[in-house]
Amino acid sequence: MDLYQELILDHSKHPAHAGLREPYDAQTHHVNTTCGDEVTLRVNVSGSGEDAQVEDVSYDSIGCSISVASASVLAEEVIGHPVAETLRTFEAMRHMLTSKGQDAGDEEIIGDGVAFAGVSKYPARVKCALLPWAAYTDALAQAGVDISSATTRTGD
Amino acid sequence: MTGFDVETLRKDFPILQRTVREGRPLVYLDSGATSQKPRVVLDAERAFYEEHNAAAHRGAHQLAEEATEAFEGARETVARFVGADPGEVVFTKSATESINLVAYAFSNASAAGDLGIPGADAAVTERFRIGPGDEIVTTVMEHHANLVPWQELARRSGATLRWIEVTDDGELDMARARELLARPSVKVFAFTHVSNVLGTINPVRELADLARRSGVLTVLDACQSVPHLPVDFASLGVDFMAFSGHKMLGPYGVGVLVGRRELLEAMPPFLYGGSMIELVRMEGSTYAPPPQRFEAGVPNESQAVGLAAACDYLSALGMDAVHAHDRTLIEATLDGLAQRPWVRVLGPLDPAKRTGAVAFVIDGVHPHDVGQVLDDSGVAVRTGHHCAWPLHRAGRITATTRASFGPYTTVDEVQAFLDALDRVPDIFGVAV
Repeated sequence: MDLYQELILDHSKHPAHAGLREPYDAQTHHVNTTCGDEVTLRVNVSGSGEDAQVEDVSYDSIGCSISVASASVLAEEVIGHPVAETLRTFEAMRHMLTSKGQDAGDEEIIGDGVAFAGVSKYPARVKCALLPWAAYTDALAQAGVDISSATTRTGD
Repeated sequence: MTGFDVETLRKDFPILQRTVREGRPLVYLDSGATSQKPRVVLDAERAFYEEHNAAAHRGAHQLAEEATEAFEGARETVARFVGADPGEVVFTKSATESINLVAYAFSNASAAGDLGIPGADAAVTERFRIGPGDEIVTTVMEHHANLVPWQELARRSGATLRWIEVTDDGELDMARARELLARPSVKVFAFTHVSNVLGTINPVRELADLARRSGVLTVLDACQSVPHLPVDFASLGVDFMAFSGHKMLGPYGVGVLVGRRELLEAMPPFLYGGSMIELVRMEGSTYAPPPQRFEAGVPNESQAVGLAAACDYLSALGMDAVHAHDRTLIEATLDGLAQRPWVRVLGPLDPAKRTGAVAFVIDGVHPHDVGQVLDDSGVAVRTGHHCAWPLHRAGRITATTRASFGPYTTVDEVQAFLDALDRVPDIFGVAV
């Protein structure tokens, strides 16, 4: 099955940066109502505006291999990066995941995220992969970060 | 032993001939969510539209007469199928609506003012009055459809919701049931005939007797029993019974509420509007006798006709034979899963105590992932909490994988499911 790439299985068995840590600016809790999967996610951001930087993302994820691996890749891709860049990563992930197999993903932008390209062929699983990203952008917003650059492009 | 030939029967279900996921034969093990439909059901709906379509109970023309006859004929067929009188059968759009209808009858009976049902026995209507100090009893194994409406009734009325826990064997805690149902403060007891997750067949008659002794009204969710077992409303001893058409080979958009006549007669309506009235004046209205009182608007005629065709189809198979066939499938599934120690089955391990479905977990692998691997082999199962979230929480399980059956399910399909399941440990590194 092309869905379960080795990278996804590795991340789901050994999720990077897992566990909830202090300090943090905001915490969110997102649930996939169809299956009961849950993710609690914290962000710690330094600086503001253009200089905002993701200091840490920590999370507790109860869910399928796709959602756990997605949280792991998210943490790897955003920790230590400028917020604006992580929003571009989110956009690229979302574009790939909702492309129904048309967008294979750019490793330069989304790193291990390319392993999720196969998910886009399974509409029921796209939500699993996006769950941690939804929790992340929501946490950024609650931390007072302007995420409009990401949200205004919804639906493309 | 099966009283019908499954391979012959399968030819009546066009969808079962198709393939999925790059040419694999479809192994449909999700009948607990919705059953597939035989051609006679689809034909009955089409024939109604092509030959008799008109608004029932209205119009002074031949088509209206025929449509009314078809709709009322469907009511008679459904009533006969579940051992009720036609006057006790209310067509709704779903079992969910059926249960809400009863919950809102309590609310509406408890509101001040004239209920618009002259001639109703006031003492019986009084049984539907609910308020602070009263209690509603349900169980932890309910589908959300037979839980959330009662939570909301409790909230609206100020009554308190109580529930019966489930034992480790997946059965109701009968000691708790006896204790709760003896309380004079309990007005209504809502419970399921068969758990949609555990497959447990509850002792309905025993529970209904306990409730009746203390004057508690009973509402039975029969969604998972009517498709699999012979169900006789009169002998079950409950006051109300709800089930849905689409889980018993019938169409979507039709559910049934069966209610004892004296109760329906004293109950205020839930949905108000056309068809359900007796007299309408600007100052206020009075309402028709049951079942019309509970069928506002132009009814779902074609769906009711389709459901009647499904009842006829099941009657021709014989519900005893359907049940025996289901038992064979349950046994094959439980036996197969017992040989796989990495699988943990929920609910009673005695096949005689369950019907329709087998839900399970594989420690270390999320059900979504199990379902995905099965799907890759053409096996369709349900994964998640199956609209029974509290039951899963009580068992400290996020979600389960559920294989559920219909009369068209074969033992070979159960084997195909077990074979596909054997791919899971390898992919996810589970020790076998």
